[in-house]
Amino acid sequence: MNPKEYKYTKDHEWLCPEPGNKGKMGLANYAQTQLGDIVFLDLPAPGTQVEQFKKMGEVESVKAVSDLFSPAGGKVLEINQSAVDEPKLVNEDPYGAGWLVRLELSDPSELDALMNIDKYDKYEAEASA
Amino acid sequence: MPLPYLPNTEADRKAMLRDIGVDSVDELFRDIPEEFRNPEFSLPPALSELELKKEFGRMADSNASLDGYYACFLGAGSYRHFIPSVIDHIIGRSEFYTAYTPYQAEVSQGTLQSVYEYQSLISELTGMEVSNAGMYDGSTSTAEAALMACAITNRNKVAVVPGVNPTYREVLDTYCRGRSLPLVTVESDSGDLPADCACLIVQQPNFFGHFEPLESYVQKAHDAGTLVIAIVDPISLGMYKPPGEYGVDIVVGEGQPLGIPMSLGGPYLGLFACRKEYVRRMPGRIIGKTVDVDGNPGYVMTLVTREQYIRRERATSNICTSESLMALAAAVYLAALGKTGLRQVAELCYHKAHYAAAAIEKLKGYSLAFPQPFFKEFAVRCPIPPSRINEALLEDKIVGGLDISHMVDNAMLLCVTEVNTKQEIDSLVKRLGEF
Repeated sequence: MNPKEYKYTKDHEWLCPEPGNKGKMGLANYAQTQLGDIVFLDLPAPGTQVEQFKKMGEVESVKAVSDLFSPAGGKVLEINQSAVDEPKLVNEDPYGAGWLVRLELSDPSELDALMNIDKYDKYEAEASA
Repeated sequence: MPLPYLPNTEADRKAMLRDIGVDSVDELFRDIPEEFRNPEFSLPPALSELELKKEFGRMADSNASLDGYYACFLGAGSYRHFIPSVIDHIIGRSEFYTAYTPYQAEVSQGTLQSVYEYQSLISELTGMEVSNAGMYDGSTSTAEAALMACAITNRNKVAVVPGVNPTYREVLDTYCRGRSLPLVTVESDSGDLPADCACLIVQQPNFFGHFEPLESYVQKAHDAGTLVIAIVDPISLGMYKPPGEYGVDIVVGEGQPLGIPMSLGGPYLGLFACRKEYVRRMPGRIIGKTVDVDGNPGYVMTLVTREQYIRRERATSNICTSESLMALAAAVYLAALGKTGLRQVAELCYHKAHYAAAAIEKLKGYSLAFPQPFFKEFAVRCPIPPSRINEALLEDKIVGGLDISHMVDNAMLLCVTEVNTKQEIDSLVKRLGEF
């Protein structure tokens, strides 16, 4: 189940807003299913400035290498080293232990461009159809 | 006109033309302007196969073939080394005779294993952790390494030391221009490196044959967060410390000296090896060793998810193939010679080159252009323009060194390898003394 307090992108990434204009992001369940076993994560170094919907890293599975886009603009505060060391965490728990990057958001209004749970559930259902 | 090797009859042809709705074959070419369509060539009458072979044989005899009576002292990137006959026998086998890496692992274990062996040999030779399956040639390997360094460091400036082969420099320039990457020359090892360089490219031994202060280049580059790319002559690694032991990040080089004929410039083999931490940025393909469901060893292409045929425009590199057949030749060469044999080849090159250099240096009007230690090539200043010397040498069936007078006054770059006999060297020296 997709968490209802999260926001989603068309590229099947999620952002979980946190107090103080921060947010954690990761891959939605649909993305990890489509990619298959994830074997490598290339995440941006803390301190990197990222832009909304622009590439900030790569996710490599046994099938393909995909670009990772940032759901919002801002600065990278932290990356999930456990997931880098053990990428299958993203497959096993994409919304929890498999989170990828924590961001300091430069413009919280950018979140309006993301989908809420209702919209995303529908979007995901269409993509799966 | 009846064509002997085409199986279509006149009736077949008519049927095909009718099907596509044209009256004649000529009509298929109507987009080509009339005046270019059937030009008159002034050709002699057709010959039989027998006559043709004789004619071509006669023409080929006027070539100055190195397999014949010519002594060759030309190197500068393409080298004449002895090629054991086992190489041609193995690479000529139909199971191996392809330029491509097969995609179907289940029917290609032999070929895949041979590429894996090649990679292992190159890793060991260069002192690096991983090698790819081979690229086009030394120059494209160098340019690909520069792009890789930019991707790793997130920087876009490429620095080159002056001793890099000028033709490699041209290929680098072509690659860098297309991507708007500034290409800068670092004038000497004494000053500081320009800031924010992705990589520093050093050729070891350099284009002029002598050794660069690689250790100090590596130190300086790494202090500035710059990667070091070393271009090597694989034969030299038979006796010199491998670049991996200098802390170099990426090693590239021309693989042609390893059992591949000079053959007018190709096909050659680009060597490419790097540290394991960069393997996901490495261009080209890699064959990996794995186990099947029963635990038996097997070989497969690995990290292919980054290749162009899967990732399209976002691939690590636009090179999506390898030089499998040439890589096999190199692997057979290294295996046939072994560690000791390769060392002997390197030492023969070294000693013969130094014998030649010492004798030439004693000649009136000649001097070595550089004081640094060298391997198998050295630049010599001549009393008269090298082009005139080379013309005269050729009459005596000697191919002289490369004329580099546009780089170093009146200098030629001579190369001596294990195939040059003492007599050849002595006659070169004697002839040079007469100018």
